[in-house]
Amino acid sequence: MSKTEVLPHQADRGGPRQPLILAQNLKKHFPVRSGLLNRQTATVHAVDGVSFEVRKGETLGIVGESGCGKSTTARLLIGLTELDDGSVIFDGDILGSDISLKEMRRSVQMVFQDSYASLNPRLTIADSIAFGPKVQGLSDPKDRARDLMARVGLDPNRFAHRYPHELSGGQRQRVNIARALAMSPRLVILDEAVSALDKSVEAQVLNLLTELRKEFGLTYVFISHDLNVVRYISDRVLVMYLGEVVEVGPVEAIYAKQAHPYTVSLFAAMPSMDPDNRTEEPPLAGDPPNPIDPPSGCRFHTRCRFAEHVCRDKPPTLATFGENPDHLAACHLRDPSSGHSLAGKEVAA
Amino acid sequence: MSEAPLLEIENLHVRFNGERTVHAINGLNLRLQEGEMLGLLGESGSGKSVTLKTLLRLLPPKRAEIDGTIRVNGTDIMTLSGARLSAYRGGDVSMVFQEPALALDPVYTIGDQIAETVMRHKSVGRAEAREVALDMLTRVRIPSPERRLKNYPHEMSGGMRQRAMIALALACRPKLLLADEPTTALDATVQIQILLLLRELQREFGMSIIFVTHDIGVAVEISDRVAVMYAGNVVESGSTRDIIKDARHPYTRGLLAANLHGVDRGTRLDAIAGSPPSLETKPDVCSFAPRCTEAQPQCLRALPPFFAPSPGRQVACNLEEGHSPASNGLTAAPAIA
Repeated sequence: MSKTEVLPHQADRGGPRQPLILAQNLKKHFPVRSGLLNRQTATVHAVDGVSFEVRKGETLGIVGESGCGKSTTARLLIGLTELDDGSVIFDGDILGSDISLKEMRRSVQMVFQDSYASLNPRLTIADSIAFGPKVQGLSDPKDRARDLMARVGLDPNRFAHRYPHELSGGQRQRVNIARALAMSPRLVILDEAVSALDKSVEAQVLNLLTELRKEFGLTYVFISHDLNVVRYISDRVLVMYLGEVVEVGPVEAIYAKQAHPYTVSLFAAMPSMDPDNRTEEPPLAGDPPNPIDPPSGCRFHTRCRFAEHVCRDKPPTLATFGENPDHLAACHLRDPSSGHSLAGKEVAA
Repeated sequence: MSEAPLLEIENLHVRFNGERTVHAINGLNLRLQEGEMLGLLGESGSGKSVTLKTLLRLLPPKRAEIDGTIRVNGTDIMTLSGARLSAYRGGDVSMVFQEPALALDPVYTIGDQIAETVMRHKSVGRAEAREVALDMLTRVRIPSPERRLKNYPHEMSGGMRQRAMIALALACRPKLLLADEPTTALDATVQIQILLLLRELQREFGMSIIFVTHDIGVAVEISDRVAVMYAGNVVESGSTRDIIKDARHPYTRGLLAANLHGVDRGTRLDAIAGSPPSLETKPDVCSFAPRCTEAQPQCLRALPPFFAPSPGRQVACNLEEGHSPASNGLTAAPAIA
């Protein structure tokens, strides 16, 4: 392990109070083209005004259903998808003016869901891991790769010369993690990184991620649809629905009491794990609406059982909920001045 | 267990020949009573989907070598062919797949697909078959079913498509429904809707269901009984309550721990080390022994027999020695040579 530590850790510039990532009002709309002339016929509102921070050393979990924009948000953070509007501030530096994308990408790495598609099939494992350090001009990329392979539990003597197709899914995901770490990043974005793995292998990878975080002082953004996994690994959780943040807060606070009716339903949809106490009523009817034409006002109002006129007309803003000042939710029910008839009252959501 | 079971699988072996040999199913025994909901739980490669495909005779005969007997309602289905096989598929037994977008025909409307199936199996006219299709869409709680009959699969959302596929599968009132991870591709809030729908339809129609899943939480939500598969055989089976509250096989216990339900944040997980065997050779010792922390020398000498720690329970693990060996019960192992 000695060699990996030789590489200087990138300096903490802004101090401990400065968030590592400050995402402000991120927006991304994708055009939908169709017809003979390939004209734009609709717009997918993938991410619509999302703001949040990632604090130094924490794990921020992002949850939501398909199409809620969680993966697009991650891609916007590291410039894999171009922003339409908003800004990303990395440790006090505005991305694109104070710090270039290339500089930032040395500090921010990503691990994707599909372990096979994200590795070059023509490179050996060791070459894949050494590729980033080589491009960035770091010394001894090969030795570094072998050290990291050993660290993620792949014997370099057995695996260094193998190709991705010769490995199992769990082993390939270990390679992807080693490759991300090869740049000595400060932030690792894990986009459904354990979702495709079998449960027994997933547990191994989660253990590895926990160890690596302590060892290398990493910050994680952990995107997943599995609430059990998110609760296990995260410090704070961000809940998204149709391109917007509906709730954010410390993991204990949200798992103890959800503020937004959507979060309540999402948690109620988790399997009960109790054969004597099975779920009897589905918490929500129907599928999530299409992000092409999102509902007006609060985007959840079409499926919410507390929806009133105000919910259709006015989009709610994030405001604190409960005693924890870190726990925010965007719901008219939680805002006494919203005009909702149940606003501020204790409702059994 | 006095009445004859609806489904009886005895000593089933499935081997795939090709570029490499895979022993996918190795001596599987399974029984299912009428009206029973069995959760077949396992990880990728454990043989759960192969079991379902064998049951419907969907495996390519040139590449798959099948050995053993499968009886549905007393008929040995391995002997079926031609018209009788067609009548069996979709008539007595039908299947719901993981990805309805791939399983439904994109060029026919939902109504046409259901009506065609009904006309074929029940020899009724088009008008009557359309009635059945409409009735089925209503029963799977699709809103405005008359309009949906004329929809093509791509015009529906994922959850609606899965409902339509369930309607198609149940249109001929099969006695056994095979569900191959039907909720895995769905969002959490839609998944629970489909699980509850299947439970309701089961009560309504009284069919048996084999529900294949890798998610222990889903298995608990839907099944009366759970059979845990590993390396092409059942390693443990019992009532859902028994499996959840008192898992005996080390593999089942590992799976439960890996579910993370109620695990403290950040504590080290009791992960099962290693990965499942490749099954290039036929297992002749306990397949789980190389990953098992409690393995004993005898586990690497022969296949473990099935023990019955309590009625209705079957565990293929030497740790259960001392309990009576399982009689030819629910999932008894073949005699060990």
